[in-house]
Amino acid sequence: MGVVVNGEFMELPERVVFVSDMLRHFDIHEKVVVVEINGEVLTRVEHQSTRLSEKDRIEIVHFVGGG
Amino acid sequence: MNHRYSRQELFSPIGKAGQQQISTKHTLIIGMGALGSGSAEALVRAGIGQLTIVDRDYVEWSNLQRQQLYTEEDAINRLPKVIAAKSRLTAINSSVEVKAIIADASVEELEGLAHGVDLIIDATDNFETRMILNDVSQKLGVPWIYGACVGSYGISYTIIPEKTPCLVCLLENVPLGGLTCDTAGIISPSVNMVVSHQMSEALKILVGDFDSLRKKLVSFDLWKNQFSEIQVDRLKKSSCQSCGTERTYPYLSFENQTKTAVLCGRDSVQIRPSVLIERDLETLERLLANHEGVVQRNPYLLSYTVSQHRLVVFKDGRVLVHGTKDISEAKALYHRYLG
Ligand SMILES: [Zn+2]
Repeated sequence: MGVVVNGEFMELPERVVFVSDMLRHFDIHEKVVVVEINGEVLTRVEHQSTRLSEKDRIEIVHFVGGG
Repeated sequence: MNHRYSRQELFSPIGKAGQQQISTKHTLIIGMGALGSGSAEALVRAGIGQLTIVDRDYVEWSNLQRQQLYTEEDAINRLPKVIAAKSRLTAINSSVEVKAIIADASVEELEGLAHGVDLIIDATDNFETRMILNDVSQKLGVPWIYGACVGSYGISYTIIPEKTPCLVCLLENVPLGGLTCDTAGIISPSVNMVVSHQMSEALKILVGDFDSLRKKLVSFDLWKNQFSEIQVDRLKKSSCQSCGTERTYPYLSFENQTKTAVLCGRDSVQIRPSVLIERDLETLERLLANHEGVVQRNPYLLSYTVSQHRLVVFKDGRVLVHGTKDISEAKALYHRYLG
């Protein structure tokens, strides 16, 4: 499906159904991330239960520690 | 009367009244690496009243590419970062009261230093310190501004006690490993961008313009040309142990403190004595001179090189063991040479 991630349009493969699948697809599932779908921020539990849809606007922010 | 702040006063959200406010405020910066250097210079130039800076490390050559307050001479002399920073900051603005603390910012130090402070700037390189800082901020009701960067990526968030979610709310459980030690390097524009986000928010807080705060988690990647902001208010949890209704400040309790830490990307281990001691570096220098290694000393630290290892001993008892990432090997060297 086609979605917009951090302002960029991209195609996600069919096996990506839930937000957690998308994080695995981007290989950031082991990082601590905050995800927003269409303006609504998700709790970590909701990553497992939230389905993605065509044209979703997704924002992903991951935490880093350097300084 | 000179006009050093005239341009800042002409900026109407600050004005003369805001400038007056800034000059009465006290800010604490935790960490004086890249982010800390940038923030300290910005605050001192902006005319902050008092600035306290804390750092556990000394200047090295690899710092000079991005840590704007330090020079080659500081690296040659292995000056503690806060000492080198203070002399530069005072040269920039002599009217600011700068307090330099050479220490590992752990629970006792942070609770003491944060007392009576108006704002805390996070410029550390690890989540262990940030979790303590987060609890101290909630306990004392002092705002703090999270900032971090790696490679071309950076992130920031402003935490206002009783208003916004805290760092624990955002992170939920913290997988401490993996987040800090990064081999991706860092470029100075990422540092400057994080500092810009932190300092804009800092100025708003210092002049009391809380309505203008960003209120969003912000991140960017300057190489990939990405920018992202997320409204995270919904993540504030009333059950949070650090900011919720029945808080326990878990990161202030002794059990959650480590006494040894592997330093980010440095092939070094820090060992911190469990009780606060003051080491007599002169006596130690005499003792070690009888061994096979090479001893060097300045007023703040002693460096002892033996085969491929280097032990750096600070007056507050901390020791950095360079040349290993192995905590038990570091401890063995510590006990062999320092008792
Ligand atoms: Zn919280």
